[in-house]
Amino acid sequence: MSILEIENLGVTFSTETGDVPAVRDVSLRVRPGETLALVGESGSGKSTVALAAMGLLPGSARATGRVRVGGTDVIGAAEADLAGLRGRTASMVFQEPATALDPLTRIGAQIAEVIRNHRPVPVKDAAREAVELLRRVGIPEPERRAFAYPFQLSGGQRQRVVIAMAIANAPSLLIADEPTTALDVTVQAEILDLLRGLAADSGTGVLLVTHNMGVVADFADRVAVMLQGEVVETGPVEEVLLRPTDDYTRRLLEAVPRLSLADPPSGARDRPVEEPVVDLREVSVRFGRGRRAVRALDGVSLTVRPGETVGLVGESGSGKSTAARVALGLVAPSAGSVSLFGADLGRAGGRARRALLSGVGVVLQDPVASLDARMSVGECVAEPLRVHRRGMSSAERRARVADVLELVRLPRDLAHRGPRELSGGQRQRVSLARALVLRPRLLVADEPTSALDVSVQRSVLEVIRELQDELGFACLFVSHDLAVVQQFAQHVVVLRAGRIEEEGSTATTLLHPRTDYTRRLIAAVPVPDPVLQRRRRDERRAAMGVKA
Amino acid sequence: MSAVLPVTPPVEAAAGYRHSVRRFARNRLAVAGLVVVILFLLFSFLGPLLYSTDQTHTNLTQVNLAPGGAHLLGTDAVGHDELGRLMYGGRVSLLVGLAAGILATVIGTLWGAIAGYAGGWIDAVMMRVVDAGIAIPALFILLVVSAITTPDTVGLILILGLVSWLVPSRLVRAETLTLKNRDYVLTLRAVGGTHGRAITRHILPNSVSTIVVAATFQVADAILLVAYVSYLGLGVQPPSTDWGGMLSAGLTAAYSGRWWLIVPPGLAIILVVCAFNAIGDGLRDTFDVRGRG
Repeated sequence: MSILEIENLGVTFSTETGDVPAVRDVSLRVRPGETLALVGESGSGKSTVALAAMGLLPGSARATGRVRVGGTDVIGAAEADLAGLRGRTASMVFQEPATALDPLTRIGAQIAEVIRNHRPVPVKDAAREAVELLRRVGIPEPERRAFAYPFQLSGGQRQRVVIAMAIANAPSLLIADEPTTALDVTVQAEILDLLRGLAADSGTGVLLVTHNMGVVADFADRVAVMLQGEVVETGPVEEVLLRPTDDYTRRLLEAVPRLSLADPPSGARDRPVEEPVVDLREVSVRFGRGRRAVRALDGVSLTVRPGETVGLVGESGSGKSTAARVALGLVAPSAGSVSLFGADLGRAGGRARRALLSGVGVVLQDPVASLDARMSVGECVAEPLRVHRRGMSSAERRARVADVLELVRLPRDLAHRGPRELSGGQRQRVSLARALVLRPRLLVADEPTSALDVSVQRSVLEVIRELQDELGFACLFVSHDLAVVQQFAQHVVVLRAGRIEEEGSTATTLLHPRTDYTRRLIAAVPVPDPVLQRRRRDERRAAMGVKA
Repeated sequence: MSAVLPVTPPVEAAAGYRHSVRRFARNRLAVAGLVVVILFLLFSFLGPLLYSTDQTHTNLTQVNLAPGGAHLLGTDAVGHDELGRLMYGGRVSLLVGLAAGILATVIGTLWGAIAGYAGGWIDAVMMRVVDAGIAIPALFILLVVSAITTPDTVGLILILGLVSWLVPSRLVRAETLTLKNRDYVLTLRAVGGTHGRAITRHILPNSVSTIVVAATFQVADAILLVAYVSYLGLGVQPPSTDWGGMLSAGLTAAYSGRWWLIVPPGLAIILVVCAFNAIGDGLRDTFDVRGRG
């Protein structure tokens, strides 16, 4: 018998502009001990299905069809019945561990509360069970850590606590909505190992909602692919990921950037020898002062030469974005020097500094925050012209904006539209157009595609690459995604806790890393091939001294 | 080469402004507030054209008449027509309230935007000034100032504006703190854009909803403050008057049953202040911003 049965589920949201169907005619099953991955791009309705399964749809949603969890109907059930179900028969792990925990309650008490919600256990026993759960999810020193507050834990540890709460009452169904999306790859690998072990030990069925095909390959037994509210393909993970039958699944898998694990056919190219466009020498950055100061960068030296792309990789907190901001002059280094196009940026003031900065274009991560919603697309793109080409007539400016929009493969008349009307990928192209409107010699791109769906990511990266060939600018490319960097950069710099761990040509560094850290980083990246991924997982665990 | 992307058809976004109007219109209380304010403005500024009365000379033959006949709301102790005086006083109350509220918002907006944008010690010093200002009751300052000088209308506007900009400055500072780290502001600075441009082109336009909501509440507060000050006899001086001054002048008469000297100005103050607050609440819901406190 299935622990989760969804039959002909339909969900419609009523909004101010009318009814919007989010999910249509979805049927799924999760059997005990089995992991079903629900994959799709943003807006595909995958999270809505997960919420419907828990009976957690918002008030504006109407659900039709049938959802049964452990034999109980969820749609139309009374709130009291649902409360008995949630956390006991079925429980949920959300994406963001920082907001899933109460910041003002000690973690041991939070877990104990979940236990006592469903079972009449004395306070003391619940506390003891909570410690045991913390031990099971791999929190070191659980007796002591039970008294910690969420902010005293790292992101990965917080997610472990959330998982401990989810399994506190030994549920038969665990719903995990993007459980590792907010985490670094090495932490992601650990959390996936943990979830896999827990599911295997207790026979819990898992509904895993994710956009990451690597995670699917690593974790799932079966896969359902969603597109615009409908399931387009369902099947065992090997079938769907290796021999997809649906057109959309095939396109989706093609767009996923894959970490190449074999030597490329051609040898590594030499770096250009010309004078670097940007040169960071022994740069250190500290935030705060006194004993509480944080060293964001510590003696980092890096150069980007004309026409080349340098990838800056590292986990969160490694200082990669800070390094990019130093190169842009947004953060002043506390030691060391920065030169742009051969001139010292720290010493240049006023007009000279502005002239130097006019040679740099920037694309940042967030497609929503990158464009001022109160301006039209045309005004956003024209802003650098207004700063640096004051004498330009408005007709000239309009022409330049239209030209550069065309350059990034957007229609010329997009200038009159507002950023709100555009999709994430279109917005990032507008950001790129703004970065290129002054014909810069250097483009600094800080995670330009990490907020985008894979298919959109690919088209944006293609545009950047084509324009780089056409216009010859150099690029400092910051990313946490090693596969993207491998495809995109010729030279790579690996940062760890504010220091350079390793650097070299991309071809050699990412295939034959010299340091343990880089090796671990690469081993933790899940590849979207279940067979290969299983082998990589075993190798990684063997290297870490864990039994497979 | 990748193809030119098809662009989704414009989804209602051009109608964003109309959308806001519709959301505001759905809030009945806010619409009622707007109607009340407009009616009082018409009453005070256009009313005298239709119903002309002499508000400068006393007329001792016509004192303390009850409502009815030639004087719809009766007359006061020196023979001024009460309805005409309500219009005349409304001019001062509304003008001073609106001007002082707007002045306070302008000062507060600039102060808050600069403090929030500059950050560091500049922010610390500027906001400690605000904290200190909030610690001293505005009414106390008003009474002291009024005791030293007798302000005219412009003076009153300046004084009220200068004591009540503190709350909007805090709101705008908070807004600025979140806006200054938006990617579009960072991008502008990374290409060498000036701080002035960042503040005037990005931060202030994006705070406009917070500012408008704050301004509405400021106007309501200012109208109330004018009434306080005038009630205590320290506001605009006779023969000029405002609603607070009328209340003050009529208070003794109330014990002798001449309610028409008290109820109309009192009601006018209550209605207008409530109306502005209702508009502020409606705007806050429309823009979905945090208002006061």
